[in-house]
Formats: sequence, structure tokens, C-alpha cells
Amino acid sequence: MIVSLTAEKLTCVRGDRPVFVDLDFQVAAGEALVVEGANGAGKTSLLRLIAGFLTPASGGIVLNTDKGAIADGEERGRHIGWLGHHDAVKPQMDVGEQLEFFARLYGVQSDVRPVLERVGIARQRELPCRYLSAGQKKRLGLARLLMSGRGLWLLDEPFAALDTAGRALAADLMRAHCATGGMVIAATHDPLGLEARSLRLEAA
Amino acid sequence: MSGPFASLVMRDLRLAARSGGSAALALAFFALVATLVPLGVGADLRLLARIAGGVLWVGAVLAALLSLDRLYQGDFDDGSLDLIALSPLSLEQVALAKLLAHWFSTGLPLTLLSPLLALLFGLPVPGTWALFLSLLIGTPAVSAVGAIGASLTLSLKRGGLILPLIILPLLAPAVIFGAGAVTGALDHLSNGALGLLSAFAAAAVLLSPFAAAACVRLNLAG
Repeated sequence: MIVSLTAEKLTCVRGDRPVFVDLDFQVAAGEALVVEGANGAGKTSLLRLIAGFLTPASGGIVLNTDKGAIADGEERGRHIGWLGHHDAVKPQMDVGEQLEFFARLYGVQSDVRPVLERVGIARQRELPCRYLSAGQKKRLGLARLLMSGRGLWLLDEPFAALDTAGRALAADLMRAHCATGGMVIAATHDPLGLEARSLRLEAA
Repeated sequence: MSGPFASLVMRDLRLAARSGGSAALALAFFALVATLVPLGVGADLRLLARIAGGVLWVGAVLAALLSLDRLYQGDFDDGSLDLIALSPLSLEQVALAKLLAHWFSTGLPLTLLSPLLALLFGLPVPGTWALFLSLLIGTPAVSAVGAIGASLTLSLKRGGLILPLIILPLLAPAVIFGAGAVTGALDHLSNGALGLLSAFAAAAVLLSPFAAAACVRLNLAG
């Protein structure tokens, strides 16, 4: 179980140019944090820093769990559920296969039916992913999040391409995740649809 | 076959076999090169048998190159690599899984096809055996060196064009020892080429996952 995430004096530099400088924030389990900011303010960079893909130019991120604090980026990644702005869907594989592969890769229970039903694409289970719409691919991404069983969800534009019902579904999933002690950090321009703190990134 | 490692190998094999995968493409390329050379050189069987080892080895290396871009590029472009990086597997394990899948879908089929193509060159049985063995031992090295190149060029658009320039010089030892094993067998000499090839392959396969994982880390941060 995760307890909290703390970022201290976080500075991100991309291509010799500082994106943000000395960023401090803290999120506790059960909380949602919305990362806001203009295009290029570093929302995606911040998510990739937290996921451990990028290393900060200075400062650090610590994830506190009930088993101790984790400062190493790759170790932190084992607690992270990721929904990026790329869909991570293979056109040649069908929906069920895609999700079953993901479940085995993450070493979690592999009954995909209830998860597909929850995100509303159970009827497309046998369909090759090349026939999915952008919104349906996003729903598949939400299904992966649910399946991952990870405590910290990092979402980059979670509402992009989703219809009204899909947005409500995404908000419901986030709310339920927070209610069970999970943590959500989402970069979005849209209102999240649930109670959340916000972090505004200003261009450095 | 249900652990994270096995599931990644199986998925890569499945993608290689389906439409858009390049396993069949590499085989067809290899077969075409091996058919065209005897047509171009003419019906001098002595000459053809002499050059068979070199030509088939070069053909196999080029064929394997064709399928290298799918090793990491596809997963990088569509964001799958982010998800794979966050899985319980370390990036070194991921690199080893991808290396295995690439060899099973490319190196192994090329090796199995080679005795058939050796017929086109009139290669005697001992030479064919040497060719088969040298490909069996050497193609893992091709996948291993190729994986380093593929992971290095993965954030470059049109990285596929620069990839051969990086990899082919590094594969020179494999081609030299592999073809050397075949000519050695033709001359009834034991020239130690297979031993040297084995050493090269072992080193390449052992080091490649570490190098490839480092390159993937670099590119995920890019």
C-alpha cells in the first residue's frame, strides 16, 4: 500500500531549457491531484519524472509505502499504473488478447471479462484492435489501469477522445480508486469531475 | 508459460507471425538473395560451392536486419514500451525476452532454411553441415548485436536507415568465422572458426541485454 508521494525542489530540464524549477508538492493516499498548465508547461514531463522515465536535474521524488520509502525511479515504477497519451494498442492483436497479455506481463489475475464489462468494451473482446475507435482504445487503456492493481495512477489527458459517458466512467474509476486508498495524478485541461487538489505549472 | 517473461516472448512471436510482422518477409528475402546469386554467377559449381558460405551468411545477416526495426520501434512509437518498462520485469529481462523472440522468429527459421538454399550452390554435405551449424551458433549473435543497434536508434525518425551502418561492421566477425567454417569444411581443415564463432556469439548474447537496456533507458528519457 502506498502512503504518500513527496516531491521536493524538483527541477526539470529538457534540451538545456528549464521546464519547471524548484517544484514542491505532496499527495497522500486517497487523494487526486490535477496537474494544470499551458501547452509546454511540463505536464507530461512531470508525469514521466514521477514514473521514473526521466531523472530530475535536481531535487527528488519519494514514494512512501507501508514497507518504507522508495526514492529509486525504477523501483517506484512497480507501483505505477500508466495511461499515456499514446494508446499502446497493437492493431494486429484483438482486445481480449491485448488485455490478457498485459495481465500476465504485470503478474496479476487474468480474468479480463469483468474488466472489459466495467469499461464498456466487452462486446469488442474478439475484435482486432485495428477496428477500435480512438475512444475505445482509451477505454482499453482504462481497463489496463484497473487490471494493473497499482496504487499510483499517472494519467496523461485521461479524457481525450472519450465521449460523455466515457468521461463519466473515467471519473468514476478515479473516484473509486481514491476511495480504496489509491492515488491519482492526472494532467488535463478538463475538469476532473471529482474532488481534487490542483497543481499549476508555470513556464520557467 | 504464464510468467511475465514468457508472456512478453510469446507476444513478440505472435506479432512477428501476424500481418505486419516481418518474419516471413526476412525468410523470403533470404531465399531470393540465395536464388539470384547462382543465376548471376553462372553454372560453375566449383565456384558456387566456394562462395556459398560467404553469400549465404551475408544474405542471412541482411535478412535479419530487415526485421530488426520491429524489435523496439513499434513498442516505442505506440507507447507500449512505457507500459513494459513499468512491468515487474527489469529492462535487462525485457531486452533478453525480445532478443529470444527475435531469434526464434528470424534466426532459427533462416538457419532451418539454409540447407535447402545450399543445394542451389551445389554445396557438398560436409559444407552444408558446417553452414547449418555456423548459422545455428551465429544467428543469436546477429539478433544480439542487432538489438543493441535497434535500441540505440529507436527515437530517431527513419532510424532504420542508419541501423545497418551501425550493425554491419560489428557483425563482421560473425560473417568471417561463419563463412570460414564452411570453407574449412570444404577443404577438410579444422580451422577453429566454429569455436571462435561460438565465443563471439556467447559474448554478444551475454552483453547485449545490458547494452540494449541502457539504450532503452536513454530513449525513454528522450
